[in-house]
Amino acid sequence: MFVRLVYESFRRQKRRKLLAGAAITLGVTVATAMIAVATDIGDKINRELRTIGANLVVTPQEDSLDLEIGGVNLKPPTDGAFLSEAELPKIKGIFWHNNITGFAPMLPVNVALEKAGSAREVTLLGTYFAKRLSFGKDEFTTGVRSTHPWWKVSGRWPDDSSRNVLLGERLASRLGEKSGDELTLSGRRLRVSGILSTGGAEDDEVVAPLALAQEILGRPGAVRRVYVSALTKPEDAFARRDPKSLSGAIYDRWYCTPYPQAIAFQLAEAIPHSNAGQIRQVSQNEGAVLTRIEGLIFLITLAALFASALAVSAAMATTIFERRAEVGLMKALGAGKLAVASIFFAEAALLALIGGLTGFFVGGLLAHQIGHSIFSSDISIPLVLLPVILAIAVIVTFAGSAAAIRRAVGLDPVFALRGEL
Amino acid sequence: VSAPMSHSARDVAASRAYAPHTSMFLRMLVRAAVLRRGRAASALFAMVVAAAVATAMLNLYVDVQAKLRREFRNYGANIIVVGKDGSSLSTDALTHVDSVLAGRGAAAPFALIVARTGDGQPIVVAGTDFERVRQLDRWWSVSNWPSAPQQALIGVRALPSVSPKNQAFDLSFQGKTLHVNPAGMVQTGAAEDSRIYISLADFVSWTGVQPSTIEVAASGPPEEVAGIMNQLTQAIPAADIRAVRQIMEGEARVLGKTRATLLAAAALIILTAALCVLSTLMGWVFDRRRDFAIMKALGASGRLLNGFFAAEAAVLGATGALIGFLVGIGIAAWIGRVNFHAPVMPRLSVLPVVLAGSMAVTLLSAILPISLLRRVQPAVILRGE
Repeated sequence: MFVRLVYESFRRQKRRKLLAGAAITLGVTVATAMIAVATDIGDKINRELRTIGANLVVTPQEDSLDLEIGGVNLKPPTDGAFLSEAELPKIKGIFWHNNITGFAPMLPVNVALEKAGSAREVTLLGTYFAKRLSFGKDEFTTGVRSTHPWWKVSGRWPDDSSRNVLLGERLASRLGEKSGDELTLSGRRLRVSGILSTGGAEDDEVVAPLALAQEILGRPGAVRRVYVSALTKPEDAFARRDPKSLSGAIYDRWYCTPYPQAIAFQLAEAIPHSNAGQIRQVSQNEGAVLTRIEGLIFLITLAALFASALAVSAAMATTIFERRAEVGLMKALGAGKLAVASIFFAEAALLALIGGLTGFFVGGLLAHQIGHSIFSSDISIPLVLLPVILAIAVIVTFAGSAAAIRRAVGLDPVFALRGEL
Repeated sequence: VSAPMSHSARDVAASRAYAPHTSMFLRMLVRAAVLRRGRAASALFAMVVAAAVATAMLNLYVDVQAKLRREFRNYGANIIVVGKDGSSLSTDALTHVDSVLAGRGAAAPFALIVARTGDGQPIVVAGTDFERVRQLDRWWSVSNWPSAPQQALIGVRALPSVSPKNQAFDLSFQGKTLHVNPAGMVQTGAAEDSRIYISLADFVSWTGVQPSTIEVAASGPPEEVAGIMNQLTQAIPAADIRAVRQIMEGEARVLGKTRATLLAAAALIILTAALCVLSTLMGWVFDRRRDFAIMKALGASGRLLNGFFAAEAAVLGATGALIGFLVGIGIAAWIGRVNFHAPVMPRLSVLPVVLAGSMAVTLLSAILPISLLRRVQPAVILRGE
């Protein structure tokens, strides 16, 4: 009888059930989409922040001091220590290798630029543009095109294995060269494949494939420093602790958290004779911006959950209120308060489950859409969350119906049947 | 019998047409709300919540860029002023920069040379204004800022070679020697780590070299920063004004994406809140079909009925929007304080939008059930069918 009552109520009152179901579906959709966005926003903004540049730098341990003023290198080029290019793919072998979005080795070399009989000294910077490397079975592409996205080239990017170079914008305008021209650098004829504009010191330099810079310097496999772009967690007091002072489980927790310090520590472990440190301008501020945006979206998600809970309650309250006559009839036929209430709750639960299930998948689609249109990458909601979302939907629907159901079962059947309330 | 009756009915109708029925109209509006306090209150509550959420979201949406821009200014300079071809800037360049900025940011001068330490090792020494650097480059991790003349801030990589035991040391440049005391250590992870920083006054009296670079962190939207760059170009024609593209582009990207996410969230939340109001109000109006039927049976015209329910909806919408606006400003201010440590300024420009939106939703939720009910004979409703 109970099952039949519930079944018939769904069969006969399609319009009302559809309205309440639609409200629950909408509420769950918004909640699911917002939860998906909120859990993923940190990662997405972190990736956007990587456009500001590398946040970690690896340098040789025994290096002499840098002598650099306004991007002009005054240090004798063979002075100091170097890192070995062959070790670089190991960066992709550290514990947090999935958080490394890219790296770019740098090797500045002083070269003589000969033009119309006179020579002037300029800096030639050797680097990767978009170099294919492999570590184990892992194939990946890395270089300045991913770590320094604000570098703009008019013309073409040189190939990493070619002998073509990029000419800094200001240097090019001083020389009157354009892309396609040939330059004589320390006795080598090199083709300019594009003009580089960075807004920084590189505008006065020549940027070349790493192998070419090594050849000019006469030190194959040498790298002066490596810029690493990594997704990190904003640092806190725990992050700043010295790993040497930590022991056992605490050390493991520190090591396995993507703090900038922990990733730098792992980089220094991976590359022999190296120091790794954060570039504080980038890494420190990143944490602040990330925390603010995450906090904002978290608070807004709370608001969204609240609004959808309210919408569900309002819809449920309205549907139950409209069925006073029915309640009166049931009570007049001898149904107890419990029997009436359990019918309503069963209906509410059924609605919540159907609406919750639909809402979860529509919300997932919505989150996917938001991810693609705003961040051009996927935002997905893990299926693990489905039971949680369904439970929330049932609880909210119950809570929303409770007041209305209590009023409904407390009705005097006489008044309810006469429609006088 | 029928003739006098219709005559009197016509009389009544005629008198009603000219009588000011505003008082009755108002009384019905007020009594409807007072007699069904519970339902009226729940409808008003839904309206207030919706308006509050909408206000808070719109306020945040308008303000979030300004808030995040402030965070981005901690990245330091977004404009660099350098002497053309590496020459020094004139002594009044910093004054010009300050007058162009007029409080819209921070600036710090830097002068750089290569000096030699006591044992002949070359090292980059920079002269700057420490007070300004503290404002501009907040990411510098400094153990102790110099406060007295002849005190130096030493980069973490330079420290072991120039002053391993934290002792005083000599620097020489073109035959002139400067005796400096280490005050503290600076760590940035960049070029600063290999340098020694001394105050600009010490630097100029020692070397006679004027600053060649002024780093400027200009706050404000991109157009304002571009305006500041233009003004700087005019004020200091002997200098190159360069934008730090790295910072500017990153900032624009992150702000754009955050704003777009916020807009999507705002749209979803406002839609949900509006639907909540719609369902509550429609239930309320639908519930009062007996009132509607009685009024109709007593001879109220369709226009009057529409007007009555519309007026009711308008009053509810306006009241809810006003209260909600105040609550929403409170929520936005709270979020601002909790998350950005600065209040979100209330924007009055949001009020008309929220007001209009609330009225539209309430009117819609009143008109929809009425237009359904109008097709039904009052007798059917009154008989409870």
